Amino acid sequence: MKMMMMMKVMMMVMVMVMVMVMVSEGSIIEQTCKETQDFNLCVSLLNSDPRGSSADTSGLALILIDKIKGLTTKTLNEINGLYKKRPELKRALDECSRRYKTILNADVPEAIEAISKGVPKFGEDGVIDAGVEASVCEGGFKGKSPLTSLTKSMQKISNVTRAIVRMLL
Amino acid sequence: MADPNQETHGPRRRRPFKGLLAVSFGLLFIAFYVALIATHDGSRSNDEGIDETETITSRARLAGVSEKRNDGLWKLSGDRNTPAFEWNNSMLSWQRTAFHFQPEQNWMNDPNGPLFYKGWYHFFYQYNPNAAVWGDIVWGHAVSRDLIHWVHLPIAMVADQWYDSNGVWTGSATFLPDGSIVMLYTGSTDKAVQVQNLAYPEDPNDPLLLKWVKFPGNPVLVPPPGILPKDFRDPTTAWKTSEGKWRITIGSKLNKTGISLVYDTIDFKTYEKLDTLLHRVPNTGMWECVDFYPVSKTAGNGLDTSVNGPAVKHIVKASMDDTRFDHYAVGTYFDSNGTWIPDDPTIDVGMSASLRYDYGKFYASKSFYDQNKGRRVLWSWIGESDSEASDVQKGWSSLQGIPRTVVFDTKTGKNLVQWPVEEIKSLRLSSKQFDLEVGPGSVVPVDVGSAAQLDIEAEFEINKESLEKILGNASVVAEAEEFSCEKSGGSTVRGALGPFGFSVLATESLSEQTPVYFYVAKGTDSELKTFFCTDTSRSSVANDVVKPIYGSIVPVLKGEKLTMRILVDHSIVEAFGQGGRTCITSRVYPTTAIYGAAKLFLFNNALDATVTASFTVWQMNSAFIHPYSDEAVRALSRT
Repeated sequence: MKMMMMMKVMMMVMVMVMVMVMVSEGSIIEQTCKETQDFNLCVSLLNSDPRGSSADTSGLALILIDKIKGLTTKTLNEINGLYKKRPELKRALDECSRRYKTILNADVPEAIEAISKGVPKFGEDGVIDAGVEASVCEGGFKGKSPLTSLTKSMQKISNVTRAIVRMLL
Repeated sequence: MADPNQETHGPRRRRPFKGLLAVSFGLLFIAFYVALIATHDGSRSNDEGIDETETITSRARLAGVSEKRNDGLWKLSGDRNTPAFEWNNSMLSWQRTAFHFQPEQNWMNDPNGPLFYKGWYHFFYQYNPNAAVWGDIVWGHAVSRDLIHWVHLPIAMVADQWYDSNGVWTGSATFLPDGSIVMLYTGSTDKAVQVQNLAYPEDPNDPLLLKWVKFPGNPVLVPPPGILPKDFRDPTTAWKTSEGKWRITIGSKLNKTGISLVYDTIDFKTYEKLDTLLHRVPNTGMWECVDFYPVSKTAGNGLDTSVNGPAVKHIVKASMDDTRFDHYAVGTYFDSNGTWIPDDPTIDVGMSASLRYDYGKFYASKSFYDQNKGRRVLWSWIGESDSEASDVQKGWSSLQGIPRTVVFDTKTGKNLVQWPVEEIKSLRLSSKQFDLEVGPGSVVPVDVGSAAQLDIEAEFEINKESLEKILGNASVVAEAEEFSCEKSGGSTVRGALGPFGFSVLATESLSEQTPVYFYVAKGTDSELKTFFCTDTSRSSVANDVVKPIYGSIVPVLKGEKLTMRILVDHSIVEAFGQGGRTCITSRVYPTTAIYGAAKLFLFNNALDATVTASFTVWQMNSAFIHPYSDEAVRALSRT
């Protein structure tokens, strides 16, 4: 009986120690995100991806670029929907469509290739440009943008991603 | 420890219990170890053996500093209520240059393996055949008789081997004593490891060097122990050691210390790594595109890379990955152990105050010894400063600077001097000469007709009276120590003795303009300091382009007049101060100061000083860079 209890206590202690060790180290994500301008956003984006917990800095950057890609697709869908709902905005929507397609077809592939191959500076360029394209699209609505919250998301994610890509330089 | 209740079962019962304890402790120990490994793995990538927290702090500091440096560049001008600028094809197609090297379309970056062979200058370059952004890199190729008029050739090397399937990256050429060429270049392998490979011309009798063969034993160098697989690239031209071996250097980094590794070889196939580094500078980050070469201390000609001796200094140059600046330093090379030390360690390679070939948009530069004319010639990648959407729309991205000769400045003894190769003069068409006195606060239109393709050579002199008055006037505050082109507000900020210069690519109303100017300032020692700047902040009303103010101090020796040369070629402006002591390359994207509406102005924004300007402006012809055809090659070979 006593032996069983001792064993149970041993097991519990073992598990507790493992958990403690994992929690305190745990955050390669947290340590990395501390060095960006938006810790909470960074952590939530990276934790939301199953690869996050075992990724190195390159891997974390690639996860965020995936988020940029996802946000771009989402925004493009939103833009497409707006043509019918807000036909008076056609000109600005055309410009936005062009800008977001650049992110999808130029910036994202460039960044993925550059980071995977260890020339992160081209990845930084691609990530910066994603923020620029989003800002330019936003500006086209002259203050009455239906995309403002998506634009802000892109700018924030672009900034955080850039900070992490710079750690690879 | 024995349980009295169990004694009845005999001694056999005790051993299993102790055993269980031992096993439990063992399991606990293993669990600890496993947990430690599992959570450390992710962070191992860069910090072998270094304290994790210390590295993260210094990374943060560097990330913060570097970010601030580049941040200002990418903030969009205006708030989000500024309408997006809409580019049309007319504006975009104007941006293509008339006499700077660029491929017919798509993306280009680093210059590779420049050389002169059998009557032709060869230029290779990092090229993306598929898009107007970096990626899928292969070696583009072109030839010229004069470094100015080019014919494009078929792609020289593609990513067709396991050792370069992820990229045929930057490399350099070396001439063997028998005149044959070996090319060393970086390959990104199928596992994305950076390795060095050997290639040579398939047919040495083909002056166009159309086809290249890769050494079947590639790679010849892989990342050595202690160097990460993605921090090993851009091998240099080799030079002969006093032992008769060939020596090369390759940039890398150890944590945040930029370094240059050294290897000796006899046959370019097997190498010995030296224990010493050519050089290292802490906190400069990864050194890309390292260049190492001798310069004569006394003569104005270039030197073959293998030259050494007492009348020679050696230059170490590196492209800083962190900041995208090319830095160099003058120093002394010790052949016995393959090391080099700078003459002035306070401006060592990569330090923020160290010398730069160019204070504008200029990176990944590479020099070569031109045995045809006995000069050292410098190539450099000039990237775009616009949005990638524009690059995609216009279908191309990046230029090469006009090749420059590089010599040691025998007058200052401290820096290099660069100048566009003299062959560029063959593009000069008609010219106009001017001698004008410009009072303080004036802008003078310079009527030269078309103003998008110009070569301007100018001499300026500040009126002696003005100078004496200002120097003698104690109330004129010393400002030289505080002034910087970048931070002092640009060409509209008026000082006692400046700014004055030219405004290029300007509209009639100056709604768009790119001033290139001198700013002379009094120092606290009452000595004058001269700054040379290019202000692109009003070069375009578009808000999706980067518009910095570039420049630096320029040494002016006693008795020298202030001189500047400006090459204007559509979306590129190259400015040379004091014969090339300070150079500034800028990319500009005017929206209205284009075609016939682009004008040239002379200005003097000083508060008090009158300035005399003597200058000549040439119209520049196109270099007519041709796509590949036998006919185009034949036409050039006749020149």
